[in-house]
Amino acid sequence: MFLRTLYSGSVLILLVLAWFALTQWTGVISGARFPSPKETIDALRIIFLDGYSNGRLHEHVLQSVLLVTMGFAVSSAFGVVTGILMGANKKVEAVINPIFSLLRPIPPLAWIPLAIVWLGLENSAKILVIFVAAYVPCVINTFAGIRSLEVPQREAAAMLGLSQPVYYLEVLIPAALPMIFTGLRLSLQASWTTLVASELVGAMRGLGSILNQASQDILPPMILVGMVSVALCGWIMTQGLGFIERRAMPWRSL
Amino acid sequence: MNFSDRNLGRREVAGFAAVGVIAFLAIWYAAVWSGVTPRKFLPTPLEVLSELYRLSVEPFVGYTLLEHLVSSFKRFFYGFSLAVTIATPLGLLMAISKPVRVVVSPIFESIRFVAPIAWVPFAALWFGTGIGGPLLVIFMGAFPPMLINSFRGALYVDRKYLEAAQMLGAGPVRQMTEVLLPAAAPSIVAGLRISAGLGWQSLVGAELIVASSGVGYMMVKGQAGIQTATVMSGMIAIGLVGLIIDFSLRQLERRMGRYKETY
Repeated sequence: MFLRTLYSGSVLILLVLAWFALTQWTGVISGARFPSPKETIDALRIIFLDGYSNGRLHEHVLQSVLLVTMGFAVSSAFGVVTGILMGANKKVEAVINPIFSLLRPIPPLAWIPLAIVWLGLENSAKILVIFVAAYVPCVINTFAGIRSLEVPQREAAAMLGLSQPVYYLEVLIPAALPMIFTGLRLSLQASWTTLVASELVGAMRGLGSILNQASQDILPPMILVGMVSVALCGWIMTQGLGFIERRAMPWRSL
Repeated sequence: MNFSDRNLGRREVAGFAAVGVIAFLAIWYAAVWSGVTPRKFLPTPLEVLSELYRLSVEPFVGYTLLEHLVSSFKRFFYGFSLAVTIATPLGLLMAISKPVRVVVSPIFESIRFVAPIAWVPFAALWFGTGIGGPLLVIFMGAFPPMLINSFRGALYVDRKYLEAAQMLGAGPVRQMTEVLLPAAAPSIVAGLRISAGLGWQSLVGAELIVASSGVGYMMVKGQAGIQTATVMSGMIAIGLVGLIIDFSLRQLERRMGRYKETY
């Protein structure tokens, strides 16, 4: 474990050194293609202190992260409930499944133009797109999780005389929880990608709008700052969800 | 209380499915005819279908729908093939060689968190908006699942096969092509499906932003002119092609399943 961290660390340090060497020290890669570390730090300073693309860095981060959190929370709540209903009741499944199969092949990103036609460049358009992106994986995985409960377990629950609510809360949902979290993780990723894409297509503020603006201004260092921020925020949110997952299923880490 | 849910008969399933689809269409029509949503923003399903037909015979922003699809598919195919040809051997190599793993994993792990779509600005800057730019974005979408599946598939190959190959004098190349590749094939094929899905989706994203042809571009133009039916036709076309790609790969996967049993 320690050795691995050491190796990975040294590889990354070498990579950073190579970056310095290729751009700043020798100039093999010109600044018009890829920014040097110095330019990147300058860009970072500008966006931190003066702002860029209608806001300072923390405002962009806040805008994007809040939107994703809202869209994801609403959508996954709906998705998980749909999944539970479909999983627990074959009639519900039979009604919803065909509509679902019709809409599912459309990638979430393809909803962006429609969302813009309907709602413009407002936050609501972003939330619609995030909703679509996050809904599908939640439903599919929750459904699979509910169905993974085997007949003997159902029968045992029935034999022990559980009431419907207790059965749902103490048997069905805990059994499906690992799959539900798999779905949530996929949903979160999809939401984040989709949000960045829809901000790239058009937004006043947000991490995607930094990318868009920097691309129009042909400012490679700012593009890099935007990309790194997108990656970091995505990573932090995934970690956050992992933390909740471990809390929600303490029995798994035993 | 009885919690077992009885299976529905075939006819019941069809009946419920019809209820679902009819309800969906009814709500759609109701929304249009009642005037809750302006027609410009929500055409009826029939209008969308006739627009789909119109687009496939009349050119829109320079090309017919089919030509847009062909140019999208070409980009997808190049990007996807490039990702597969690089990621598959790299994954196998990572599984047998520790130094390669040590060098590649930290780089891969740090790049993986960049959403493929965030590569769009650099893609446009480096390779332009013709075929190169979108290609990089598709590559970035399709590469990670391919690498992960190839690596995992090869990692879980029973060590004794590799040891036997080594003992019989097979070099690293032969170990990779004749032991790891066939043994990891099912996992690799599963990776193909995931990575094609992500690649197709990234293509659409890339075309919305940087392209001058393709279905994504067509949709952006439709959006700019508030032609909702055009946008919806684009969505349908994208969905259909995505389904076809997934279907063909699933056939491949099924064959692999049989192959795995005989392996």
